Amino acid sequence: MTWTSLNAWVAAPEIFLLCATCAILLLDLFISDAKRHLTYVMTLATLAITFALVLMGHEPQARLAFNGLYLVDPIADFAKLAMIVGVALVLIYGRSYAMARGLFRGELFTLTLFSLLGMMVMASSVNFLALYVGLELMSLSVYALVALNRESFASTEAAMKYFVLGALASGMLLYGVSMLYGSTGSLDIFAVSHAIQTGQANNLLAVFAIVFIVTGLGFKFGAVPFHMWVPDVYQGAPTPITQLIASAPKAAVFVFSLRILAQALEGFAPDWRGMLMVLAVLSMGLGNITAISQTNIKRMLGYSTISHMGFVLLGLLVASPAGYSASFFYVVSYILMSAAAFGVVMLLSRQGFEADQIEDLKGLNQRSPWFAAMMLFTMFSMAGIPIFLGFFAKLAILKVVVDMGLVPLAVIAVVFSLIGAFYYLRIVKVMYFDDAVDQSPLIAGNDAKLVLSINCLLLLVLGFMPDGLMNLLSDAVSQSFTSLPY
Amino acid sequence: MTLALFYIFAAVLIFAAFRVITAKNPVHAVLYLVLSFFNSAVLWMLIKAEFLAVSLIVIYVGAVMVLFLFVVMMLDINFEALRKSFWKFLPVAGTVAIIMLIEMVMILSHRAAQIDESRLLEPSFNTASAETLGMLIYTQYFLPFQLSAVLLLVGMIAAIALTLRKRKNTKYINPGEQVRVKRDDRLRIVKMASEPKDSASDAQSTDQPAA
Repeated sequence: MTWTSLNAWVAAPEIFLLCATCAILLLDLFISDAKRHLTYVMTLATLAITFALVLMGHEPQARLAFNGLYLVDPIADFAKLAMIVGVALVLIYGRSYAMARGLFRGELFTLTLFSLLGMMVMASSVNFLALYVGLELMSLSVYALVALNRESFASTEAAMKYFVLGALASGMLLYGVSMLYGSTGSLDIFAVSHAIQTGQANNLLAVFAIVFIVTGLGFKFGAVPFHMWVPDVYQGAPTPITQLIASAPKAAVFVFSLRILAQALEGFAPDWRGMLMVLAVLSMGLGNITAISQTNIKRMLGYSTISHMGFVLLGLLVASPAGYSASFFYVVSYILMSAAAFGVVMLLSRQGFEADQIEDLKGLNQRSPWFAAMMLFTMFSMAGIPIFLGFFAKLAILKVVVDMGLVPLAVIAVVFSLIGAFYYLRIVKVMYFDDAVDQSPLIAGNDAKLVLSINCLLLLVLGFMPDGLMNLLSDAVSQSFTSLPY
Repeated sequence: MTLALFYIFAAVLIFAAFRVITAKNPVHAVLYLVLSFFNSAVLWMLIKAEFLAVSLIVIYVGAVMVLFLFVVMMLDINFEALRKSFWKFLPVAGTVAIIMLIEMVMILSHRAAQIDESRLLEPSFNTASAETLGMLIYTQYFLPFQLSAVLLLVGMIAAIALTLRKRKNTKYINPGEQVRVKRDDRLRIVKMASEPKDSASDAQSTDQPAA
């Protein structure tokens, strides 16, 4: 056991992130409230350096570290880049919102960074122990962030619900993992996969384990019937934290599921495909239909997340690298879309006013034609209207599903997307055809306005040329599945 | 010798466990629970599981039971009132107890539970199990171990962030800061145009500019 066998350099981004977060935690104690923007700047700098380190360490070849517990492969690299961007967008859009509500405290930044660390560990671990610790690190930080606004009754209630249901889900997952250990005798992803393929595993126990694991993953995705926490938490949490929950963790949970289902339990694909199919159809159905009757925009976006996760599960259940890359593309575009949607919600909020009702968007075109157009892009993209990014994400999923011969499933997905288009287009109608009740100007900082505009324009630009991103992600998936270090 | 020790400590353990449920005073019950944990730790020591024994004492006796004592002392629970409903809950509690008894008998009479001394795991290479565990934690499982430390740190930050409150309405003053006060902190000099005499005749005494 030496430093070379630890191969820690491979995990340089995570190690840097941990050290920098601890440094920010300490430095923040000596910064007065008036100079809190220093913490903000340090946090963004940390994110930028971590981003650069991930980019510099990127190689098509997968590499192991920490005695085989940690794997850095192209999927993990791209997922990490998406997560870092997602977290940075949360902080940029949420800055003035947090300042106006007394949330602009050191803990907001340190807990966000710790949750990012948890997500990065989830994306890169190939041992169930490390995977689980990563998941808990992410979840625990997010539970605390939801409750950070402790004067708000809704936030406390949301945090309580999230904590209890999240702990239950973790318990389910852990129970499944312990059964899998009993069945295969290992906690290592590749050893489990090897044991299953050589027929050394106890199959009955393994199938039971899959039921529990899929249940746990369903909770973390927020897929129906394990979605109960999603609307309440989305509505109750402070909006920047809602954006955090809705964006970066989705990429982490996606890679997490990929490691467990596609890499460890590859041999049982016929078993988990059926389960995912039920989850996907229910999520798309219930998510889209229930979203129609919502009046609160955060709650509506919560149900919209549920339906989008149904689409991601559709790609996963194809159980081929083509399906995984379609899902990966969907997750990355969803991060951009949800960040933009919550960015606009926060742009409309101000001191003492929470723009969380759909009515608050009335006549946005009269107040700010530019941001009305930006929200229009986001909603069109989410609804899957052609030339926007969301359309190509849905198209990629539908294509692999049809190639697989599951035409009825594709038809169901299209029908539910059409139903879903109603509530996205209602937002557009409210913005353009209703008169503004509230005439106050938008007072967010210029940085947030600029980044939000770029984010929304990206939905259009990437919609014009989705091939670059699509090829990048599908190459990453195929490289990761062909260059396993075993 | 080992057998004699086992019977002595097992007898104390059973006595302590019995006192936990019969003691009138809840603080005594908790103390008897501490005693029973101690004795079970010794029993583990006798089957050469010294790491389990030590961690039982450190975690349960050292941390969990102290917390328990605090809770028992802080909450004003009327245990006499709770005890009155003893007969009401006896049927349900008795059923649960009988089911658990049957399960334990079934497990203990199973072949796999018949452990004799020859089947006990001998510590390898003359090292203690704590040492082996430590070697594994700091080499093979270095990553999850370090991440668990981060997890505890996050728990600490979250607990402080969610509960620490500054008292707003205290009348406390810092004499040091009072002495160091400067004129600029208390007095603001405002330049303003003088007003015509006739309209401001009644406000003359208060509107004198300071400079």
